[in-house]
Amino acid sequence: MDVRLQISMVFHLDKCIGCHTCSVACKNVWTDRKGAEYMWWNNVETKPGTGYPTKWEDQEKYKGGWERKNGQPELKMGGRVLRVLNVFHNPYMPKLDDYYEPWTYKYEDLLNAPEGADQPTARPISMVTGQHIDIEAGPNWDDDLGGSPVYAANDPNFSALTEEQQAELFEIERLVFFYLPRICNHCLNAGCVAACPSGAIYKRGEDGIVLINQEVCRGWRMCVTACPYKKTFYNWSTGKSEKCILCFPRLETGQAPACFHSCVGRIRYLGGLLYDADKMLDAMNAQDYNLVEAQRDLILDPFDPEVREGALRNGIDDATLEAVRRSPVYKYVKEWKLALPLHPEFRTLPMLFYVPPLLPVMANTDAGTYDTANDELFAPIEKARLPMQYLAKLFSGGNVGEVSYALKKQYAVRLFKRLETVGDMDAATVKQALHEVGMTEGEAEAIYRLTSLPTMDERFVIPPSHREEAMQMLGDDFLLDRGEAGLGLRDRPARGA
Amino acid sequence: MYDNLFFIIVPYAVTIMAIVVTAQRYFKKPFTYSSLSSQFLESGELFYGSVSWHIGILAVFYGHLIGLLFPRQVLWLNGVPARLYLLESSGLLFGLLSLAGLVNLIIRRHTSARIRAVTSKMDIVVLLLLLTQVALGVYVAIFYRWGSSWYATSLVPYLRSLFLLQPDLATLAPLPLAIKLHVMNAWLLIAVFPFSRLVHMLVVPIPYLWRPYQVVIWNWNRRKIRGVAARPKPRPVATALPLSDELKPTNRPVTTR
Ligand code: HEM
Ligand code: SF4
Repeated sequence: MDVRLQISMVFHLDKCIGCHTCSVACKNVWTDRKGAEYMWWNNVETKPGTGYPTKWEDQEKYKGGWERKNGQPELKMGGRVLRVLNVFHNPYMPKLDDYYEPWTYKYEDLLNAPEGADQPTARPISMVTGQHIDIEAGPNWDDDLGGSPVYAANDPNFSALTEEQQAELFEIERLVFFYLPRICNHCLNAGCVAACPSGAIYKRGEDGIVLINQEVCRGWRMCVTACPYKKTFYNWSTGKSEKCILCFPRLETGQAPACFHSCVGRIRYLGGLLYDADKMLDAMNAQDYNLVEAQRDLILDPFDPEVREGALRNGIDDATLEAVRRSPVYKYVKEWKLALPLHPEFRTLPMLFYVPPLLPVMANTDAGTYDTANDELFAPIEKARLPMQYLAKLFSGGNVGEVSYALKKQYAVRLFKRLETVGDMDAATVKQALHEVGMTEGEAEAIYRLTSLPTMDERFVIPPSHREEAMQMLGDDFLLDRGEAGLGLRDRPARGA
Repeated sequence: MYDNLFFIIVPYAVTIMAIVVTAQRYFKKPFTYSSLSSQFLESGELFYGSVSWHIGILAVFYGHLIGLLFPRQVLWLNGVPARLYLLESSGLLFGLLSLAGLVNLIIRRHTSARIRAVTSKMDIVVLLLLLTQVALGVYVAIFYRWGSSWYATSLVPYLRSLFLLQPDLATLAPLPLAIKLHVMNAWLLIAVFPFSRLVHMLVVPIPYLWRPYQVVIWNWNRRKIRGVAARPKPRPVATALPLSDELKPTNRPVTTR
């Protein structure tokens, strides 16, 4: 057993209101710079939809992530020799237009325009070239356009649905969408790390955060292709790649990352997980339908004395263990099996998990009247407008059992609380619902509390990073070493000549 | 007189400068080492330009290097006409390939507005110097044939004499102007080398070929500081993706600097 700590995340999609506050918080803190204008380390997309960059989930196009070749995981973009040869021109590199061309407006024209019959306008200009552009795409270009034949219809995940199911989704009565906020997953088997020819990308041993050393990155841009989530970005101005740093300077001082902290819907949870690095190969080699289970198997029980011993042996102290025991992520992912990884079939072992959303149900259109009321108070998930196969394609490598279990469990919690607070439910029905997912009343109550009423300290249980000990040991070199982590630069990040 | 300046003084001056500045830049300003790829902004033209340029120039570059290091062997090789023709024609072919690629790259820099936005003055200097160099090289290859042989007897002795700190222009002096210009321009390229994007050729990621895929770095050694006994040596790695995670008895991140 090789016990390691990973700072992990849960996003509760049923609570996401799609307000993009997270994206803006991140943009203001990290990517409001030349060359990074187009980057959204945190973005929120509408599903069904094409996302950002457009159709990023289509790995036939982008070649991200891993696939099993002869029983071994290998990067989909090819082996290492090919990667070194491809530095001169990376055939699978996403281009600026796959994201969008960042723009601003020529505001000074509003003041400087000569007097005339027409109102002066501020025309859009490209933030790359400074020339006028016609805006044809932007971040969240397909925001809220579930059901759109242009955007939603091109969602790569529809491959999991039959023609009929797809057609139904575009009937006006069935229109449905939900939001999918995305950041870097800080994967255990990160594609970006594996693909970096310079070895500039690494996982921090202490907390599992994946960072790009800006001083070692040489702009070979293989990470951009290898990350199946397209969460490494090429800065066209500095000639270096960048990515989400999980706000490590905030985490090290006990604060939640900016996107977590600012989240209006309070959908975001963060906490530590202990995992067994010795079992990683099994997890990344599992069959598609088994991937979620295999990944859950990696996660160790922090209450287990043997795990504690292994943790101590690896220098993980009791204060950290205590934090992991209180980790909301551990509860959602391992204990309750409510939160699932996004596209586990990319095999990077992503450590950001999603509680799948309870979707709106079908309305009745009897006798020409459109009636959203239902016989039952909460319609069962089988009547959800979006087929389960779609969610399974997103969150469980096609294993419908995993998503429907997570949804049924949420559904049972609803019934349970309704009975308790309003009392207009049939007790036997509730009992049956709880029984079906093997949930005790205590567990239902705990899920309800952590979902609906968590305090800040319950949502973010940040293991102490003990930089004070690091400081002691590093002595004078401390500042130098910090300079090598992520974006902690010692020099002005000026483009090389 | 001018020969002394251009072929002795300048070479020593630029070489020393290149070594010092390149090293100082590498250690003090590592952030500025990058391929400065512009593929993100324009990919289609780059394919033709970059790939043919690099294949061509790398072949020609290593050709020059081998000729310099093993002149006698090259002369022996060229003793048989068929081998001489093969070597000469492939040299010319790679030269033309690099020239075509370079012209393509220059046109691309000029025509694409996005690429112009990331073009520095130094990029223009470098591209024009390279164009001069490659054009002269191709010219020499066509009009002063069997260069692979006379290189060994005319230029190699000169370069060696510089290297041995006993500069001797005897073999170089009688060469035609085009060849002398080719040599002079080479020294100019070395002069701009440390100040330009050309340094990218020094950081070619060869170690990647045997590095483990996953890289884990401990910023500090927790076991050491907490006085925890080291974990028993891990079993011999039988996995396809070993983790380069062994806690080295060091307190420094395992990165290059
Ligand atoms: C030895 C291995 C080399 C590697 C791995 C390498 C790699 C690269 C890469 C990745 C680029 C960026 C292409 C892009 O825009 O995406 C580049 C550009 C360039 N390289 Fe190299 N290179 C090598 C050798 C050389 C040599 C020997 C020269 C010249 C003597 C050279 C001259 C250039 C120039 C001038 C550019 C800029 C092209 C442009 O965009 O206008 N390279 N190289
Ligand atoms: S999600 Fe993050 S850690 Fe995973 S491959 Fe992408 S950038 Fe790397």
